[in-house]
Amino acid sequence: MLVWIIKRDLLLAVRRRSDVLITLFFFVIVVSLFPLSVGPEMNLLRTMAPGVVWVAALLASMLSLNRMFSNDYQDGTLEQMMISPQSLSLLVLGKTFAHWLVSGLPLVLMAPVLGIQYDLPSDALSVLVISLLIGTPVLSLIGAIGAALTLGLRGGGVLVSLLVLPLYIPILIFGSGAVEANMAGIDFAAHLSLIGAFLLVSLVFAPWVTAWSLRVSLE
Amino acid sequence: MNWSSVSEFLSMGGYGFYVWGSYAMTLVCVVGEIILISKRRRTLEKQYGHNRKFDQKRDINETTS
Amino acid sequence: MSINWYKYSSPSSFYSLAGKMIPVFAVLAAILLVSGLYVGFFVAPTDFQQGEAYRIIFIHVPAAWMSMFLYVVMAIWAGIGLAFNTRLSSMMATAIAPTGAMFTFLALWTGSLWGKPMWGTWWVWDARLTSELILLFLYIGFMSLQAAIDDPRRADKAGAIIALVGVVNIPIIYFSVQWWNTLHQGASVSVNQAPAMASTMLTGMLIMVFAAWMYAIAVILKRVRVIILEREGHTAWVAELQKEGIA
Repeated sequence: MLVWIIKRDLLLAVRRRSDVLITLFFFVIVVSLFPLSVGPEMNLLRTMAPGVVWVAALLASMLSLNRMFSNDYQDGTLEQMMISPQSLSLLVLGKTFAHWLVSGLPLVLMAPVLGIQYDLPSDALSVLVISLLIGTPVLSLIGAIGAALTLGLRGGGVLVSLLVLPLYIPILIFGSGAVEANMAGIDFAAHLSLIGAFLLVSLVFAPWVTAWSLRVSLE
Repeated sequence: MNWSSVSEFLSMGGYGFYVWGSYAMTLVCVVGEIILISKRRRTLEKQYGHNRKFDQKRDINETTS
Repeated sequence: MSINWYKYSSPSSFYSLAGKMIPVFAVLAAILLVSGLYVGFFVAPTDFQQGEAYRIIFIHVPAAWMSMFLYVVMAIWAGIGLAFNTRLSSMMATAIAPTGAMFTFLALWTGSLWGKPMWGTWWVWDARLTSELILLFLYIGFMSLQAAIDDPRRADKAGAIIALVGVVNIPIIYFSVQWWNTLHQGASVSVNQAPAMASTMLTGMLIMVFAAWMYAIAVILKRVRVIILEREGHTAWVAELQKEGIA
């Protein structure tokens, strides 16, 4: 059943391929804006790179958050899903995973290219990719809670970012901290293991809380 | 008693601006909050008052019709 | 005699109870405030290190403690409202949020005003100040979510969920900011150890903390009464309340 929902969502996403590309291009544009504003001086860019890439990843994944439920909400399939015998949190987990595949994974694959743009050393690049790989699912999971709470509200898009950004801060700190630690030669394993801990905890709790928020929103 | 004169008290050892700036903002926030709540209450009463007048009018119609 | 506590869980009886309690807490807050300020300004000596500027502590610390304490209390009320479906507890959580946000803002304002003479800049990315800022974002998120939803029942429940998720994240945010701060120790100066507290300073501050607590209770009860009136406008007891003028 989980695979079914993921396949279905991926199929929907592929049909509207523009949504996937929008998130990706948003990520690339935001990251490329900084050298234009801060100046092309390489040392400065190198120290800024982890922070810039991570903040851009945060914003990009948040951009597509409310699309996670709003389409199904509008045409009523969300209600069908809720009254179906399958557990709602499993359904939500599937949808969140599909959302991550559509909006999180492309960022991870694109990150090295942008890293080179910021002249990041190669091992820092690999740490950046790993931290993004572990971190972006957490963004989707926690973001799903915000998306479920603000379902069907006017101005929901802005509201989601207001609700969810404070909760992203620990992941942002440890994500960019990992890359900085690597560049400074310090051991970065602690950062990554903490993000991994966030991932496991949110994997367990976020779908359940999202399901609960969906029931609240759709009552 | 630490202060010999009012002016010394106000200058607060040269840090007057910072100390009184924070106490003034506290006062502003506290008074502002109380005012906001009573304003909210007054609009409510005005709204209910309106209903009450509305109720009286309806009673009159019932008696005359 | 056993008090039937459940009687006060119904908005109408709680409304009158709160009405009676507000003056008590307001008077208590006033007394504590006056005595706290007196001790703070006239009894406590000047600090050898910071001169007179440290007197901002009598507002800064109570505000910071109250902001964190009120968020936890708000989350508890929200949790109770969600679990037992009692409208009154959710109203209580909605009533707490603005006061909590005000205390957070005050903590930030007085913190930066205190930081200017001590550290030379208005804003220092000190771990506690930063987590206070994030707490303000959490409050704003809670209030804006509740404002965006028209149906009160859904607003209560949605607010409760985001409050509970927030309260679970507060320690995580605090320790990650703490860790981030020590990691970039060079970048910012942070005062870890509280300034050596003379006993009178401490008593002055503690009195102010209780003053802030009493004030918070009075204001929150005042706001919850208005919220009860707003939401229970259609009920019978509010109707006959109008007849003899809003009590």
